[in-house]
Amino acid sequence: MIYDIEYETMPREALESIQARRLQATVSRVYATVPFYRNKFDEAGIGPGDINSVSDLQRLPFTTKQDLRDNYPYGMFAVPMDNVVRIHASSGTTGKPTVVGYTNRDIHTWAELMARSLAAGGATRGDIVHNAYGYGLFTGGLGAHYGAEKLGASVIPVSGGNTKRQVVIMRDFGPTVLTCTPSYSLHLAEAAEDMGVSFRDLNFKCGIFGAEPWSENMRREIEEKLNLTAVDIYGLSEVIGPGVAVECQEAQAGLHIAEDHFIAEIIDPATGEVLPHGETGELVLTSITKEAFPVIRYRTRDITSLNPEPCVCGRTMIRMNKISGRTDDMLIIRGVNVFPSQIESVLMEIEGVEPHYQMEIDRKDNLDTLTIRVEVSQSAFSDEVKELQRFEDRIANEIKELFGISAVVKLAEPKTIARSEGKAARVIDRREI
Amino acid sequence: MQAEQISIFLENKAGRLSEVTGILSENGVNIRALALADTTDFGVLRLIVDDNSKAEQVLKQGGFTVRKTKVVAVEVQDQPGGLHSILDILHRAEINVEYMYAFVRQSGNNAVMIFRFDQPDEAIRVLSDNGISVIKGANLYSM
Ligand SMILES: [Zn+2]
Repeated sequence: MIYDIEYETMPREALESIQARRLQATVSRVYATVPFYRNKFDEAGIGPGDINSVSDLQRLPFTTKQDLRDNYPYGMFAVPMDNVVRIHASSGTTGKPTVVGYTNRDIHTWAELMARSLAAGGATRGDIVHNAYGYGLFTGGLGAHYGAEKLGASVIPVSGGNTKRQVVIMRDFGPTVLTCTPSYSLHLAEAAEDMGVSFRDLNFKCGIFGAEPWSENMRREIEEKLNLTAVDIYGLSEVIGPGVAVECQEAQAGLHIAEDHFIAEIIDPATGEVLPHGETGELVLTSITKEAFPVIRYRTRDITSLNPEPCVCGRTMIRMNKISGRTDDMLIIRGVNVFPSQIESVLMEIEGVEPHYQMEIDRKDNLDTLTIRVEVSQSAFSDEVKELQRFEDRIANEIKELFGISAVVKLAEPKTIARSEGKAARVIDRREI
Repeated sequence: MQAEQISIFLENKAGRLSEVTGILSENGVNIRALALADTTDFGVLRLIVDDNSKAEQVLKQGGFTVRKTKVVAVEVQDQPGGLHSILDILHRAEINVEYMYAFVRQSGNNAVMIFRFDQPDEAIRVLSDNGISVIKGANLYSM
């Protein structure tokens, strides 16, 4: 279902003129109210008067995560604190967290975007939403919550954790829509199985999963184990939270970006050059309606490409492909650039591999070694040692063929590789460089 | 004529084997024969027990990857050349032995070997034709 027919199916020409107008207003406003942007624009010798169309965006400087950290906590806010009604923060695993603010209108915009997203995934006002995204400083929980209420659905604000209780709620309350991270959905499936609860007997029809990258194979696994239709949702707190882009249930092929609120570009992460549609690079986002925390050409570090082809669902908003990696989790192993997501897609193509794996990188005698631990599934298990070794070799060969790196594959017992309820910890890099 | 074996995947970590035997003994499952094949990082434990379905169920509940495998229990004369004559028959019939191990109890005066074949039905036929006794699963579990 399309929640906002007027905007989501707007002809491109009309959309682009709205974008230009909103971009110009945003640039003028940040120039006037945020010293960081004024200084950056002055340094680049460009002013609000130079921005007259969407293509002029390319003339503006980028904003990075480090810029946000340097202005911790409120330096990037574009309105007085009197007008800020909500604060969120992203986790600060390295350095300070990033603090973001919302005005009343920002909260309204975000709820609208999340209502669109839930509807795109198949939810309607008659649904019951089991919202297992974490509530708190993380934007996932409250973002999905407000969107579900805006849509008119019933929300169960269960948040993350206490998985056994979640299974009981899923069984007794009859939710029809699941919102959580994709890895947590599989964790729920395992927990349900252990408790003798089958997803076939539950009422779920669809799930809107995000906050971490996941593969097509993981989608197939989730859809099969949880007996629902799974779509991908994208967002980041620096830009607004979840709801920046979402897949439609009709195509399940790329995420429609809410272009009436954000302008997307793809750049070469090394040179900053803007790449044409279809080419893979770093996603850069500019917000054009946000009041409290606007961002200009924010470098997301997420790797993807844009697809301008019309979509079967009728939405005119451009689609971004599933995130295939992060510019900052790119590993260099023996001089080869490797994204963990690429390893994941290799693994998921092999019959019998569970979506639970861990990459361990060590350095022995100045040589990098890659060990991949993979959980052995019921279907891959054989009573013959040589069959299991053949299975290990097959994975190692696939990786060798694709990356030219020799990997040691080690089979692990089921459920011995840590499940994370947030972003899964897939990589252990023990190299001291 | 085939018998059933329980195979369990084990990582080479201290204490895993005793966890398996612990789960089985707590649930009153008796181990009749056991063999462990291992590599540097994992092993496959093969068991003949007196209650296959119970063993499979409690081990799966304990988080182990388990599967049932068809094997053949063969009586071997307890005298020099007893095993050799059997292997010789199989070799001449071009039947592959994937692996084999000894059963704890004897059958009368004969030893018992557990064989895993790639073609178990053919193996049973060839052995029987040559006067070698194959023990039925039901008899094996209660020996
Ligand atoms: Zn679509």
